[in-house]
Amino acid sequence: MKNHVWRPLYVAICIVGIVLIARAILVPKDYGTHEQGYMYGTHRQGNVEEWKAVTVKYKTSEACKDCHGDKYADIKGGAHAVIGCENCHGALMEHPENPPKLSIDRSRSLCLRCHSKLPYSASGRGSIPGIDPEKHNTDSECVMCHSPHKPVIPGSENPKPEVKK
Amino acid sequence: MMNRREFCKKAMVMAGGLALPLSAFELFDPKSLHAEKNDKSNTRWVFLVDTHKCVGCGFCVKSCKTENEVPYDANVTRTWVERYVITKDGNTYIDSPKGARDGFTTTKIDQQHEGMKDINNEDITKAFFVPKLCNQCDKPSCVQVCPVGATYRTADGVVLIDRKWCIGCGYCVQNCPYGARFFHPVYHVTDKCNFCYHRITKGMKTACVDACPFGARQIGNLKDQNDPVTKIIMTDRVNVLKEEYGNKPQAFYLGLSKEVK
Repeated sequence: MKNHVWRPLYVAICIVGIVLIARAILVPKDYGTHEQGYMYGTHRQGNVEEWKAVTVKYKTSEACKDCHGDKYADIKGGAHAVIGCENCHGALMEHPENPPKLSIDRSRSLCLRCHSKLPYSASGRGSIPGIDPEKHNTDSECVMCHSPHKPVIPGSENPKPEVKK
Repeated sequence: MMNRREFCKKAMVMAGGLALPLSAFELFDPKSLHAEKNDKSNTRWVFLVDTHKCVGCGFCVKSCKTENEVPYDANVTRTWVERYVITKDGNTYIDSPKGARDGFTTTKIDQQHEGMKDINNEDITKAFFVPKLCNQCDKPSCVQVCPVGATYRTADGVVLIDRKWCIGCGYCVQNCPYGARFFHPVYHVTDKCNFCYHRITKGMKTACVDACPFGARQIGNLKDQNDPVTKIIMTDRVNVLKEEYGNKPQAFYLGLSKEVK
């Protein structure tokens, strides 16, 4: 056969070659079908390690008790024992190196997350002591009267909340 | 009779056609089919939500956003809490303002364009909160539709997203029956809950589980018979969301009601 018939075929072979070379260069070595099979397990294996390497920011209250044992004992002895330190003080991160000081969220909105009264008996919320935020001392922060570490439950032996200086 | 121009065109089409079956050899790799049947991993992460215990404080959402670097003020979140209020006239009102990042602090229910709906206490039949997150389905439809293999299920059953590989087409976002996926405003790829994969693989619990003061959220290993979460799932009356979709979700719920979608 003549050359003009073969020439397009060489072009075609070249295109196939370029596609395969480009694929070999662009697709990472660890991309392929892994443990979970073709349908659910086709991925770049290195990505699993990338996700494992994300920084842990919340370290739980157990990380606080060695240095702040007094505060830890304080909160564990009261009605707020279930609330983790980091819920109000923010994520521990690399404290004490970074940040050297954690924040304290004293805002009303923080307390209202649980203590704004919602009459939902099908949920635990209904039984938490609560107030109407539009009526109860609207211009004051809760911590001016109530101790967040050792709150006093109304109706208990000492009904008057501990007043802080 | 075929002219040269036509022959060139057909040769191009054939070249493309030849390249395809080369990559399709993988489809029939018996090893990968074998892997699907023989799961050797001794871990299968599952989630347990006790809706009775949830009080709608939203500490889980707050800690999740910080832990997983989801922009705090953007209206996207990996986990969220929904409020259900069912009234005596048979209506159901559902809201989740900012995904409950700041908790539920008012009786007014956000009805989007219809404004805030305040319901009298006497009119409420029942009201409760339902925390939601990615169900890490056993048959994840989001993974099936990914055109580039950017999202996948790991050996221990968590669905992850490769941020370098995702092209942000959003097909998976539409295909998740639970609405768990969203477009990450910073990375411009899909994002979703991954059970805090960096924490659970270090022996810790997820940020939301640690933040929940009431134990409404728990994470466990379904393949460990002695795991307290496994015991509850095996022996108690647990339910899953949207079973009819066939995704086989791995987040189990205690105390679901028929109004929960």
